[in-house]
Amino acid sequence: MQKAPHVTDYLTRHCADDEYGCLRGFEAQGGYRAAHTALREMTPQKILDEVRQAGLQGRGGAGFCAGLKWSFMPAPEQQPSYLVCNADESEPGSFKDRLLLERAPHQLLEGILLAARAIGAQKSFIYIRGEYAEAARVMQRAVDEAHAKGYLGDDVMGSGFSHDVVVVRGAGSYICGEETALLESLEGKRGHPRVKPPFPAQRGAFDRPSTVNNVETLCHVPHIIGRGAAWFRSTGTEKSPGTTLFGVSGHVVRPGLFELPLGTPLDEIIFEHAGGVADGRKVKGVIPGGLSMPILPAGELDVAMANEFLQEKGSALGTGGIIVMDDRTCMVRTACVISEFYRAESCGQCGPCREGTAWINDIVTRVERGTGTAEDLELLVDICDGMEGQTICAFADAAAWPVRALLKHFYADFERHVREGVCSFSGSFQL
Amino acid sequence: MVISKAIRDQIEAENANYPRARGGLLAALHRVQREYGAITPEHATALAPIFDMTAVEVLAVVSFYDMLSSQPAGRHQVRVCTNLSCSLAGAREFLREIENHLGITRGETSADGRITLGHEACLGACANAPMMRVDDRYYEDLDTESARQVLDALD
Ligand SMILES: Cc1cc2nc3c(=O)[nH]c(=O)nc-3n(C[C@H](O)[C@H](O)[C@H](O)COP(=O)(O)O)c2cc1C
Repeated sequence: MQKAPHVTDYLTRHCADDEYGCLRGFEAQGGYRAAHTALREMTPQKILDEVRQAGLQGRGGAGFCAGLKWSFMPAPEQQPSYLVCNADESEPGSFKDRLLLERAPHQLLEGILLAARAIGAQKSFIYIRGEYAEAARVMQRAVDEAHAKGYLGDDVMGSGFSHDVVVVRGAGSYICGEETALLESLEGKRGHPRVKPPFPAQRGAFDRPSTVNNVETLCHVPHIIGRGAAWFRSTGTEKSPGTTLFGVSGHVVRPGLFELPLGTPLDEIIFEHAGGVADGRKVKGVIPGGLSMPILPAGELDVAMANEFLQEKGSALGTGGIIVMDDRTCMVRTACVISEFYRAESCGQCGPCREGTAWINDIVTRVERGTGTAEDLELLVDICDGMEGQTICAFADAAAWPVRALLKHFYADFERHVREGVCSFSGSFQL
Repeated sequence: MVISKAIRDQIEAENANYPRARGGLLAALHRVQREYGAITPEHATALAPIFDMTAVEVLAVVSFYDMLSSQPAGRHQVRVCTNLSCSLAGAREFLREIENHLGITRGETSADGRITLGHEACLGACANAPMMRVDDRYYEDLDTESARQVLDALD
């Protein structure tokens, strides 16, 4: 099981309690109260408006306003339509959804009920990455419990609203986290992203109107409905309200999860909450939001962790997965690890992505081994130019950004490899 | 029968969860692989009509996903995560030590058919590296010694 967070707030307060994973324990902490009230007393429009006013941003990486996304769904009479919960969590450096699935399954189900009610969906699919077998077991048990209690199925909680949840397991593929690839996979196909438009709200799962939301996004919903949009807006920043689950990994004393307000300064998260860099060393660079997000050098850590501020620094919040690298770290090796991943995971559908990810990996590998040239470094930038914005989905951008940022902030590391013909960063991690 | 009646019944029950039977395909493939060790062309041929597909289409889905295989492998799948967070925590040296211990390299199966070793692209255990997945179970905060004990205990 995923370990409980070091710092908790409303989303994760009871995650260390094993009882919280079962329906009775969840209800003992006030769980399902928001659903009881809202399903009976609030119209779908009212639920949607509350979430929209709360300004809840999607926590799956793109930060899109959840209430706005829900409003794209057609009128509820247009059945069937579906809610799809994206539990594919495979952005390297991210491990928050696993916690929410394994330790608070009913919180997610309550969020699903409310979201489904708001958009008028009678069925939800929770698409869980195949490797998260434990999470799938826990979720299925929670779904069965909720059914037995009348919280799923026909006439949920006596409200007249009917809803079913299907737990679906993926089978090992990073791209299936991209929402349209996920929909293809859900339909039993290879996970090739779809051309948009049509957007999922027009034509999503099984050709029907669908909304795709991340696990954490949906977990905030019961709290918003229970306590109101104004309460939600009292934490976080004006543009990015609420808390989020930051996952800190790499060279820190206390790696793990931290539920903190959006807008918490990155240096506070690293040095206060995660205990700073291990062995008394210094930070060299930090990836602030999962592997796809551009790295920040040590001098730029005084940034509030919310998109509006990170974007000024040329990066973004992504999934809130913070990867810390100390001053021994070779950034060429870092580029090797990153590019190896994108090469292996490109679905191959678009030429620029398929060829570009492989080419980048070949080049950084030879630079790392000492046979790269100065021209190679220029070539890397050209390849990134040829990938960004040139493909069906954002995977190619996600593969190009980190490389571009590593070159921008740590060009000296690459030059040193070219010049010296070996990796002279003693103490760096090994390939 | 290549796929038993019992398994076929389970597959058909699962398919009823989806608006189109094919939604149940991944679940069926997981099931067949668990039961028979792989999804061979024979299995694909048996599955195809249930999903209104051809056998090659079924195999094309199998080949897309890392957890599915058309070729039988070891009794246990061992995967070490080597993505960045884990690499920073020494996962690549860790994997090499596992390779030495088992006498195989990544991608290979041990001679006794016990273990197929591989590395994987982030398993969502970034704060507890090094880690490995053994079939459906995660082992986290490992060192070479504790990993050896886990591996040696596999049947
Ligand atoms: C390559 C790629 C991988 C993605 N992986 C995930 C993922 O694992 N989980 C997730 O929730 N969103 C992922 N996304 C984002 C989804 O496409 C989508 O924006 C998200 O699920 C929407 O939910 P939200 O609005 O609640 O954040 C990924 C996007 C891309 C381009």
